[in-house]
Amino acid sequence: MDFSYNEEQQMLKDSVGKFVSQDYDWDSRRAIVDSDSGYSSAHWKLFADLGWLTVPFLEADGGLGGSAVDLIVVMEEMGKGLVVEPFMANTVLAGGLLSALADSGQKEALLAPLMAGELQLALAFAETENRYELNQIACGGEINGDTLVINGHKSMVLNGGVAQQLLVAIRTSGKPGDDSGISIALVDASAAGVNRKEYTTVDGQRAADIWFESVSIPVTALVGADGGALSALQATIDRAALAVCAEAVGAMQVSLTKTVEYSKIRKQFGVSLSTFQALQHRMARMFMEVEQAKSILLMAAMAMDHAGGYAPRELSAAKSRIGKAARKVSQESVQIHGGIGVTDDLDVGHYFKRLTSIQYLFGSTDWHTRRFAAA
Amino acid sequence: MNIDFSPEEQAFRDEVHAFLQDELPQDISERVKLGLHLEKEDYVRWQKILNQRGWVAPNWPVEYGGTGWSSTQKYIWENERTMAGAPEVIAFGTKMVAPVIYTFGTDEQKEQFLPDILASNVWWCQGYSEPNSGSDLASLRTSAVRDGDDYIVNGTKTWTTLGQYADWMFCLVRTGGPEVKNQQAISFLLIDMTTPGITVSPIYLLDGTREVNEIHFENVRVPVSNRIGEENEGWTYAKVLLTHERTGTANVANSKSRLASLKERAAQSPLATDPIWQQKVADAEIELLALEYTELRTLAAVSTGKAPGPESSILKLIGTEVLQAIDELNVELAGYYGSAFVPEQFEPDYNDIMIGPDQTANSAPTYFNHRKTTIYGGSNEIQTNIICKAILGL
Ligand SMILES: Cc1cc2nc3c(=O)[nH]c(=O)nc-3n(C[C@H](O)[C@H](O)[C@H](O)COP(=O)(O)OP(=O)(O)OC[C@H]3O[C@@H](n4cnc5c(N)ncnc54)[C@H](O)[C@@H]3O)c2cc1C
Repeated sequence: MDFSYNEEQQMLKDSVGKFVSQDYDWDSRRAIVDSDSGYSSAHWKLFADLGWLTVPFLEADGGLGGSAVDLIVVMEEMGKGLVVEPFMANTVLAGGLLSALADSGQKEALLAPLMAGELQLALAFAETENRYELNQIACGGEINGDTLVINGHKSMVLNGGVAQQLLVAIRTSGKPGDDSGISIALVDASAAGVNRKEYTTVDGQRAADIWFESVSIPVTALVGADGGALSALQATIDRAALAVCAEAVGAMQVSLTKTVEYSKIRKQFGVSLSTFQALQHRMARMFMEVEQAKSILLMAAMAMDHAGGYAPRELSAAKSRIGKAARKVSQESVQIHGGIGVTDDLDVGHYFKRLTSIQYLFGSTDWHTRRFAAA
Repeated sequence: MNIDFSPEEQAFRDEVHAFLQDELPQDISERVKLGLHLEKEDYVRWQKILNQRGWVAPNWPVEYGGTGWSSTQKYIWENERTMAGAPEVIAFGTKMVAPVIYTFGTDEQKEQFLPDILASNVWWCQGYSEPNSGSDLASLRTSAVRDGDDYIVNGTKTWTTLGQYADWMFCLVRTGGPEVKNQQAISFLLIDMTTPGITVSPIYLLDGTREVNEIHFENVRVPVSNRIGEENEGWTYAKVLLTHERTGTANVANSKSRLASLKERAAQSPLATDPIWQQKVADAEIELLALEYTELRTLAAVSTGKAPGPESSILKLIGTEVLQAIDELNVELAGYYGSAFVPEQFEPDYNDIMIGPDQTANSAPTYFNHRKTTIYGGSNEIQTNIICKAILGL
């Protein structure tokens, strides 16, 4: 049994950690969030130069190896700074699905520029009515000889506004609820019939709703076998769920530290807030939540690596438990800060917002509790 | 013991219902039902309609313009009002400063201020909290020094809700010297916001709205005649006001209508048949039912002449917990769309495509915003302390 990071992981942690503490102070982050593109292309280039963008990929694909533990090392550090650059959406989610399904030609064309920081991708899978059940995908893809025609609407496509290429989960046969019949198509975001509306998300990131109106592409733009994408899609989304779990653990640690620090500085009734036992116990409870979250995160990451990448029961256990911890820790951090906790000025409220979104991304806390129970 | 409405009360309910149906502007009720913020003009417009009917201030004594309703009638009014989507009358004038003015003010003050409060001619804000005096309000430092017929006020107030609209502020200031015990050094002043030396700067909340402000006073002259009651007695008056404030905070009718709307929308979602979801909704509903009866018991006690006591802390504590539980259920129902932040799409002049199903897209901002409810009006920790000290004698 060994819970320590290996040398490579320690270096990765130090390198991301250093970036967050030196280059990602609160004002810089705010300027990025408010900018047109919503992320810094200079930072993105730096991520590529430092090799972070290779972390989620297999060595055979030119990556660092693709271990789940490596991934959580990066994401936990990013969570500490609420990094908005689309590492998870572009690299883990879209890149991850490509690496699972694409043929060698597609990989060569897309993965190399992705890892070099030259390509923005997005995975369009969510639909308004489906909640978290992927086999409910309805967005239609009709194959006629050599052409594929796509019609439908995708919601909350993370990184969907700036992506040059879209991976779109479509139904090429069967009906919503069928496990087979789901395919992935690679669509140029500027293709005729693709309409995007980009917006900000509550946590300072960007997403888009995308409408496909008779978008006609060659059948060779399918990624993976026609109709057989569901399991790879679920595995990729699980991996993204693991990534945001790690991000949450990083964000919770910061929320806790900031709350404890603030309670020592802020005085009311002539004493520091930290002297009130009612608050002390609650901060101790927050600490326990963070520790439990960290433990279950490591459990899930190791289980995924052990199982060759896919461990739904363990992943769901982690997402469920970390969702509960994220809720508790973020609510308490705001409450203990008092009025300034609910202002836009202070970072604590922004950690609260990100920790809220994460609870509902890639399966809500309750959804994963149910999936765990059924597994 | 019985909870049935008498025929007269049923007739009253019909009357209220008909009034709301005829008089409540639809654009306002739509925004209220969607949980969107209202403009100043919306509040003023609605209050003027209410004032025509004489229904602005159910809690005031009749002689000053109150309705003379029984507690049952008030309960009926609150229920009908919220179900119809009528906004609550802004509390600062009607529920906060007015009771202090009609209880402790002079005849001139009553005449000068009360009619304009009813008619919504004047917008009030509450100047209590300061950067270093939140929960420990009595430690406030904004000073008022006597100079002839005026006080000269210096200091900073903060968290002033909707202070950007305010014509007047009711304000706690320190008139006693540093040697005097905090609670005995405070006076209650009414301050005209157009007086030179006042600066109002915005504070934005987590949902991006400008709901509160920081307000600076630099040598602001306030006539002594704008003081309520005696010098250094302001704390006593403010305490009366705080209990009034707390009774309104159970939010029962509001939570009921939000829960009803949540259930209606959830019926179309796959969540509707999910046992975990059903249990969460039921838990909130059951807690709310208990709270409703706790509130009715409190109101019944008040109507027999008792002042609302420390028990009103329960209403604030549990009322805000239920409110926040409903906020979270709304976010859960929104699913992925809970993260979308497109506030401009709720403005009347928006004519682009809508993101997310109606009524879900604002759920997370509302959840974020409502975290304030366990912090303001005496935080839930302070309310718990009140129960410990004043009720349990701990
Ligand atoms: C949106 C909003 C609107 C507001 N509107 C107004 C307004 O219009 N006018 C106005 O005057 N004020 C207003 N307030 C101010 C509000 O009343 C204060 O925020 C509140 O009193 C808490 O003070 P604080 O924010 O300084 O927190 P603090 O007093 O610093 O408290 C921080 C935390 O410590 C806890 N705490 C403090 N003392 C104790 C204790 N003894 N035991 C245990 N826990 C304790 C608190 O509960 C809180 O969780 C508003 C606040 C908000 C957030």
